[in-house]
Amino acid sequence: MDRLADFAPVTAPDAMLPRVVRVARRTRDLPDTWTLDLVAADNAPLPRYAPGQFTMLYVFGVGEIPVSISGDASDALRLVQTIRAVGKVSEALTRLAPGDTLGLRGPFGTAWPVADGYGRDVVVVAGGLGLAPLRPALHQLQAERKRFGKLVLLYGTRRPEDILFRRQLASWRRQLDMEIEVTVDHAGTDWRGHVGVVTKLIPRLGVDAENAMALVCGPEVMMRFAASALHDVGLPEPSIHLSLERNMKCAVGLCGHCQFAGSFICKDGAVMRYDKVRQLLGLKEI
Amino acid sequence: MAKGAAMEGLERIVSEHRLFEGLGQEFVKLAAGCAKNVRFNADEYLFHAEDPADWIYLVRHGRVALEMATPGRGAVRFETLGEGEIVGLTWLLPPYRWGYDARAIELTRAIALDAKCLRDKCEADHDLGYALMKRFLPVLVQRLQATRLQSLDVYGPPR
Amino acid sequence: MQEYKLAVITPQGLTGLIGSLRAEGFRVIGPTLRDQAIVYDEIESIADLPIGWTDEQDGGHYRVRRRDDAALFGYNVGPHSWKRFLHPPLLRLWRAERTQDGLAVTETAEPAEKYAFLAVRSCELHAIAIQDRVLLQGPYVDPHYQARRQGAFIVAVNCGQAGGTCFCVSMKTGPKAQEGFDLALTELLADEHEFLVEAGSERGAAVLATIPHRAAEARHSALAANAVANAEGNMGRHMRSDDVRELLLANLEHPRWDNVAERCLTCGNCTMVCPTCFCTSVWDENDLTGNVADRKRRWDSCFTMDFSYIHGGSVRSSGRSRYRQWMTHKLATWVDQFGTSGCVGCGRCITWCPVGIDITEEVRAIRGEGGSDGRA
Repeated sequence: MDRLADFAPVTAPDAMLPRVVRVARRTRDLPDTWTLDLVAADNAPLPRYAPGQFTMLYVFGVGEIPVSISGDASDALRLVQTIRAVGKVSEALTRLAPGDTLGLRGPFGTAWPVADGYGRDVVVVAGGLGLAPLRPALHQLQAERKRFGKLVLLYGTRRPEDILFRRQLASWRRQLDMEIEVTVDHAGTDWRGHVGVVTKLIPRLGVDAENAMALVCGPEVMMRFAASALHDVGLPEPSIHLSLERNMKCAVGLCGHCQFAGSFICKDGAVMRYDKVRQLLGLKEI
Repeated sequence: MAKGAAMEGLERIVSEHRLFEGLGQEFVKLAAGCAKNVRFNADEYLFHAEDPADWIYLVRHGRVALEMATPGRGAVRFETLGEGEIVGLTWLLPPYRWGYDARAIELTRAIALDAKCLRDKCEADHDLGYALMKRFLPVLVQRLQATRLQSLDVYGPPR
Repeated sequence: MQEYKLAVITPQGLTGLIGSLRAEGFRVIGPTLRDQAIVYDEIESIADLPIGWTDEQDGGHYRVRRRDDAALFGYNVGPHSWKRFLHPPLLRLWRAERTQDGLAVTETAEPAEKYAFLAVRSCELHAIAIQDRVLLQGPYVDPHYQARRQGAFIVAVNCGQAGGTCFCVSMKTGPKAQEGFDLALTELLADEHEFLVEAGSERGAAVLATIPHRAAEARHSALAANAVANAEGNMGRHMRSDDVRELLLANLEHPRWDNVAERCLTCGNCTMVCPTCFCTSVWDENDLTGNVADRKRRWDSCFTMDFSYIHGGSVRSSGRSRYRQWMTHKLATWVDQFGTSGCVGCGRCITWCPVGIDITEEVRAIRGEGGSDGRA
């Protein structure tokens, strides 16, 4: 029988332990939004990730939050993450300077099914900060351009001043064979582009709807209406993918916080198929 | 362009527009009879708030912004309309006055339909009136829904 | 599954069992009377057990009462469950320090204790198995639960009486212990005070071999069967459980949720006493120098306002939505997530709810069968 001295439980690795990474670069995207380029601080290779995944970033002594990965997934040396300063931890993250260290766990979550789009038209609909978690998918679409049919990006945000990755949008328009339409909720008279909800741009999509795939990310209300509008123009519900968000503490399916009815957003999401979540999205306080 | 050819052009455009689909040749002739080609240069106004709502504009090329002037903020654009879209829905209802400004953002060509003429025809022919209502109301409702979404300010900072 | 020969031991034998386990380095946890409740804590001998006590339970009601015999296990379950040892309410996950090169994680979790649990009821065995599924069988394993669970020695007790809020029969989780134990005892209170012992594992059989015991006779088995039948036939509550998942998922906007919301205080007692609730939260604590930061984990409850907080507000801000979340998770979405119901019919949530909300009654009301307490 076991003796106390013999009791050395063999346990699984602790997914709650962070590894240390370092800020290599800090870029200001908007007055309240920054992008951090992270590199390994402990000589171990950075984790590979898929577009749509997120990490848990820890600021020493302050806390830890989920942050979407917003960079090019094929870059093995840097992890690029975009953060909007809206609370204690996110503000602390955006104040980190190059050379500072922070904790990282992950990547976690499901990925944008970009490869499902091979041979099909792909519509990307982004709202506000939602463009950040979609950027890795756009990188992949760009890298493998020939494998896709028509590519369309619809981007909606509050005002022209709030357009994220503005320069990159302009360069994508130039380099990619991709139609990009940007719209804002309201604007001053300097703005010569679209004004109106992003869903308005959907009926004008010139894609083979029945065979197209859509990737949608933004505030939940916007995703609901965008997904519904995409379906109305003929995209099948299982071809529409959303990225959902809920309170997260552990990101490994053990703390219970991120539950969305029977799904854990951290492991069954964040990217989820519209047909699986449509009814739940219509319910209040789920 | 000779008047006959111009009329034909207008008739074709009206008959092909999805808003007037299925209304028959007679209506098309009627509407075209009340229509004219118009063009606005960049920054030219189509109409101002409080102007009588006497024209309906079918945009053929270009982009029109709907604006409201607010003290201290200048003009705020809350909607843009492009090719194939209708500028102006308030012509349907009394007091037949525009509630906002409409300004071309870039060179814009449109067909202007005489709203007064159409209103009179609708009063005389209720079937026609009903048919037109059925076509314009969905556009109004869609715009209302879109405006509601905009008013939610979903991209705004969390409160 | 291997079948072991049944044996019989005396109360002294039980003391021997406890001593044997302690000698092997196990910290033996068992029921004990404290602050007018039967709770789980470290015990050294049978003298620490609530001898001759029973409990009286109903919605929002718990009292201990003297029995007219000297039964060691003549009560049901109290406010504690074994999760407080396997899935601790408070745990330091790791410690980080600020160094010249930046932050470094310097210490990880404290080593786990080796536990032996005495008097684990059948419903509790099922609850432990349910938490095993949640915390050990997902894509990520909870190493803290794993460390405590791995070495735990389990002595089950078959209930000889049912509690006022028990409904294990409805949930098919008792009253007889079927599996998941090293030893299972059934207390026999006939001419002699004895315990029928069933080994459930090699370890259990080995421990049994070290204490005085004799072979069980037919009359022992008969007495034991009677005791269990007594429990089975006197359940305090009843819940039709074959259709609950579909019933609740089809009724997410049922008016009953408004009704229960008027009574529920969102105090979270139910989640604290429930043996399967597993939700936790983490936070950071710094020392005064600001150079040392601990990340700690504690139990959390879906009833708190913060639980579902995102973007400046909570997804579930009304009490109604939070009660609905708890109950539909426990009885419906748990099935989708983990393959079984999350409820074992122990009745703790009914007993310890300050306003006596009864989960079995709520299910009946949603099914449209009226609000009687449905005593079996």
